[in-house]
Amino acid sequence: MKVAYWPGCVSRGFTPELHGSMAKVAPLLDIELVELDRGNCCGAGVIAEHNQELADTLNARTFALAQQVEGAELMMNICSTCQGAQTECQERLDANAQYRAHVNETLSSDGLTYEKGLTNKNFLWLLVEEIGLDTLASKVRRPLTNLKVGPFYGCYIVRPRNRLGIDDEHPRDHYMERLIEALGGTVIEYAGMRKCCGFPIITMNKDASLKQAGTHLGDAMDAEADCLVTPCPLCHLNLDLQQPLAAKVVARKLEMPVLHLPQLVGLALGLDPKDLGLSRHVVKPTSVIDWSTSVVASAA
Amino acid sequence: MSSTTTAPRSSVPQAFKLRVRRYDPESGQAAYWDEHEIELEGHRSVLEGILQAKNRFDGSIGIRCSCRQAICGSCGVRINGEPALACHTHLDEAIKSAKDGVIEIEPMGNMPVIKDLIVDMDAVHWKKVRRVTPWLIAKQPVPEREYIVDRESMVDVTQTMACIQCGACVSDCLAMEVDPGFIGPAALAKAYRFVGDPRDDARHVRLNDLSQDPQGIYDCTHCFKCVEACPKDVNPMGQIMRLRRIAGSDEQIVDVNNGHRHEEAFTTLIRDYGLLHEAELLPRSYGGDSWFGKFHPAAGKELLSSLPAIVKAVVKGKVSPTKAIFGHKIAKRDLDSVKRIYERVEGKPQRYELNLYIVGEDE
Repeated sequence: MKVAYWPGCVSRGFTPELHGSMAKVAPLLDIELVELDRGNCCGAGVIAEHNQELADTLNARTFALAQQVEGAELMMNICSTCQGAQTECQERLDANAQYRAHVNETLSSDGLTYEKGLTNKNFLWLLVEEIGLDTLASKVRRPLTNLKVGPFYGCYIVRPRNRLGIDDEHPRDHYMERLIEALGGTVIEYAGMRKCCGFPIITMNKDASLKQAGTHLGDAMDAEADCLVTPCPLCHLNLDLQQPLAAKVVARKLEMPVLHLPQLVGLALGLDPKDLGLSRHVVKPTSVIDWSTSVVASAA
Repeated sequence: MSSTTTAPRSSVPQAFKLRVRRYDPESGQAAYWDEHEIELEGHRSVLEGILQAKNRFDGSIGIRCSCRQAICGSCGVRINGEPALACHTHLDEAIKSAKDGVIEIEPMGNMPVIKDLIVDMDAVHWKKVRRVTPWLIAKQPVPEREYIVDRESMVDVTQTMACIQCGACVSDCLAMEVDPGFIGPAALAKAYRFVGDPRDDARHVRLNDLSQDPQGIYDCTHCFKCVEACPKDVNPMGQIMRLRRIAGSDEQIVDVNNGHRHEEAFTTLIRDYGLLHEAELLPRSYGGDSWFGKFHPAAGKELLSSLPAIVKAVVKGKVSPTKAIFGHKIAKRDLDSVKRIYERVEGKPQRYELNLYIVGEDE
């Protein structure tokens, strides 16, 4: 399937292994990525804090660019924060024709118009709802047998439920568990899996921010997870990049590898851990690399 | 956890198992779980279930309740881990989210337990509400007759006036979980009730106070937990974001917590790059919203403390030194288009904000 692909900022900045691994995984799943390289930052909720109309207009611009991609079935993102921030803006744009016209007026000088009703799905949602977990499972070449994986969702992709279309029919706040199982792994449930990583307040209250990250990482260790997996690169920054500092704040040893969602999928699809950028993490995913090596060795 | 079931309900009483968290701090004993089987029609409330267990099996179960119709805010508890009003949750709804076929009922979080399902609202919730001066400071001179205010601004504050002080949002607040001193969602929603009221005379003072407090509006982690928890659609986090917008963009309050600087730096960086330049955001949030921000002592101190993480990221190839220094940009014609959006929207004499609570959905 062809998608208008929005990678977000951080996957091309401080977590380039996310963007890279998505590019590696997509062809294996028959996803054609048409990158929205003209699109702009979603604002991560921060621009909306400054000026709501500005955030709505900036996102309407990216949506309009996505709608221009010929043959694309939908827009796909790889960032929980983009999903949440963009969906919030889209909710206002779709709810009120007058407001939409007002925003489109601002975009008109660039020949852009946002038409109501864009479908914008995170890679996680696309895997479950468009590709299907049965199809995904049929493509698995290296099942995650014996690998204990703890999901870490990121707030923006699980709340608020109504806005994000989470209901009995679309239990999107449970997709990660289903996905890990479809890839042959073992799901580790722990207290912090749907809590906040603390990143939004890292510059305002660093101690509280890192206490959040450190607590969840510690909970996952206590639950004996081999690694965490997240669809959010901002969570990844607090959970991986900041993990050594978080360990100091919670005063315990932390050694918890954190994978990006496409990296975990890529591992199961048989890609080399190095090609997926696993060596680029601050916390070396030794457990995951050892696991994949042992799987390859036993297969040989 | 509110009820939206459309399927026909049985009027025949059926059995439900309740697991109640029991704790009496005065007893000196640890908390424990109690299970009781009650019999009620599915449309009856969890509160009625608890009361039946109390009447039939154990009169010592502690539960606070009054109106039984979701307006007094007394019976806030956690049902299957989620905050809810016990009287506003049907048994047949609660059983759906029960993990093992037993409806689990606990006291609310973030507040000390007095007994069983009763928490100390005075020690946390009411103390925080009092912190925000929860009354109107009338503009002077007081008119001889009514204050005349426009409809929209009153509809706007009506959303926060719908709060029944049940504490569900406080129970679930993730910022408060790690920083108990955070003023919190309920009290800050209450603060907006007066900041948004055109009759109030203390807007700037209130906003300055809540911005400068290290545990004020900039201590919210934006996790949406309170939005989900609220049984009355008060949208506390949305109100906190409004407080930030008015404090920063309208009142130009520069706080000591980097809140306003962070927001300004983020917004400016997107105008200048189209994408987030992470390495510039950090020093500017501390040192000020310009390229020179990184030379401010506060930024220097922070950069120094983050140095191990930065060095590690560069060594690991997580980020190239070039990207760390120069960031990444969209093409010039697109950047021009982004800048035009900024000029048009920011150039307006007054900020425009669509509030779906006021205007509703028109299609």
